[in-house]
Amino acid sequence: MLIKERLSNAGIHTVLIAYSLLALFPLALILINSFKSRKAIFREPMGLPIGDSFSGKGYASVLSNSDFPLYFSNSLTVTCVSLVLILLLGAMAAHALSEYRFPGDTFIGIYLVLGIMVPIRLGTVALLELIVNLGLANTLTALILVYTAQGLPIAIFIFTEFLRSVSREIKDSARIDGLSEYRIFFEVVIPLVRPVIATVAVFSMIPIWNDLWFPLILSPGEETRTVTLGVQQFIGQYTVNWGAVLASLSVAIVPVLVMYIIFSKQLIRGITAGAVKG
Amino acid sequence: MRTLAKSGTEQTHRTPVRWYILVFLAPATLIYTVFAIYPIIESLRLSLYQAGDGQGIFVGIANYAKLFGEPLWADQFWNAFKNNVLLFVMHMLIQNPIALALAALLSIPNLKGAAAYRTIFFLPTLLSVVVVGFIWQLILSPLWGISPAFMNWLGVGSFFKPWLGLESSALITITLISIWQYVGIPLMLFYAALLNVPEETIEAARIDGLNGWWIFWKVKLPLILPTLGLVGILTYIGNFTASFDLIYSIQGGLAGPDYSTDVMGTFLFRTFFGFQAQLGDVYMGATVASALFFIILVGVGLYLFGVQRRLQRYDS
Repeated sequence: MLIKERLSNAGIHTVLIAYSLLALFPLALILINSFKSRKAIFREPMGLPIGDSFSGKGYASVLSNSDFPLYFSNSLTVTCVSLVLILLLGAMAAHALSEYRFPGDTFIGIYLVLGIMVPIRLGTVALLELIVNLGLANTLTALILVYTAQGLPIAIFIFTEFLRSVSREIKDSARIDGLSEYRIFFEVVIPLVRPVIATVAVFSMIPIWNDLWFPLILSPGEETRTVTLGVQQFIGQYTVNWGAVLASLSVAIVPVLVMYIIFSKQLIRGITAGAVKG
Repeated sequence: MRTLAKSGTEQTHRTPVRWYILVFLAPATLIYTVFAIYPIIESLRLSLYQAGDGQGIFVGIANYAKLFGEPLWADQFWNAFKNNVLLFVMHMLIQNPIALALAALLSIPNLKGAAAYRTIFFLPTLLSVVVVGFIWQLILSPLWGISPAFMNWLGVGSFFKPWLGLESSALITITLISIWQYVGIPLMLFYAALLNVPEETIEAARIDGLNGWWIFWKVKLPLILPTLGLVGILTYIGNFTASFDLIYSIQGGLAGPDYSTDVMGTFLFRTFFGFQAQLGDVYMGATVASALFFIILVGVGLYLFGVQRRLQRYDS
């Protein structure tokens, strides 16, 4: 019995480790080669960056010569502002939907989550026209507004489901204490939804940081390029030095990675808290 | 929204207007309506117009007739549609079973290193498609990729083919890359659902003499069927819209070789913006987007009224 259990345990870990290698190998390849000289990349793509083949030139040129720092700050601005708007406005709407009864509440509830099923990209043609008419073409504001609109439905859905599962007693006792509805939201509801904030943040942030479609269409200008678009155009010019391309890719990975590591514990807790139901 | 505020005002003498409801709801509703719902409806409207002198001219369903009637358009449409369907089927047959299997293994109680595995499996999902596309080109390119050398080293060098460059294998290669990247999302959803299966249910099955394998098939799987449905519809929607990014990054706007990886997203992009010799057309772009809208609507409808309803009946 014990031997059999150990064997099956070993089998499970073999499968999981094998898949881990498959997931990690390509990433390791990028990281390793980003520290190598151009010659070494092509001579020995699998070799470690030690001795002769080590070169920090890629990173140096990315951080100094190119527009990369600008792209980076653009992406960071767009992602952070959108995320704050999605979380705040989403939680506000979810609070209204889960807390109060008012005429049309069911309709608005359904209306606001329709966007989960109907991707905003389908409206691109008219969206571009709208953005141009508003004078927002080639601005970061355009991206922020579009990403906020894109992220709100799933945020509202997750927050509403979660808030409905939370007991009303805390809110009612706050009301008896004479707190205004606004203070109840900021002082009672916001702390309450903390467990699912991570879930909403991760699910909203990844598609924003990594999006290629809207930057390409709404703000392709030099000044407003995001990292994803910048790297895409960078790779397009095949004469550039490979060290720099690989370094820029590695740098583009870091923020999402940090964010994920911060949130990953809460992410699973949030999903299992019943926030994402079938 | 306006009627809501109005009906509130009329009742002022009896109950105080609950302005705070409006304050909580208005910002989200406004941004969402202006930048998500309005553009989609406006695109549907534009699909009924054609370019005229300065303004669009109403043409009814002429654009759709053109899209499905003229071989030049219809061929492209059906080719993209067919590729999307293949993409969807392959994701359902390969990605989701892999995700389910990995999630089942991860959810084994007291598994050592579960958190580490979870993080690793989710890593590719965090990457930008641009990064993913480049990584796999670095691996697969016959000119500067590492596969040829690597396969020689393994002694199977003669099996190497430029998979991304061959019409026969480009789409399946793209699919596998996409699966490599996105397997983390269904995996997380399955994993969370499996963790939510009540401990007592599993314990009862164990007392009945079922082993781990059978507990998964007979007890856990039926309980997570709603999640399977959800993953199915998310795969469907993502496949018809998000697949643009990866294909555009790897194969470019022409979705080569010879349109063999063309999907609705790349087709829409070329139609709307034009590409190389082809001129962009706002109205045909809106028509392609609207056709895509109806395709997604059919899928969502089937899911809501067919799959989900049936699953809920089993569930209760």
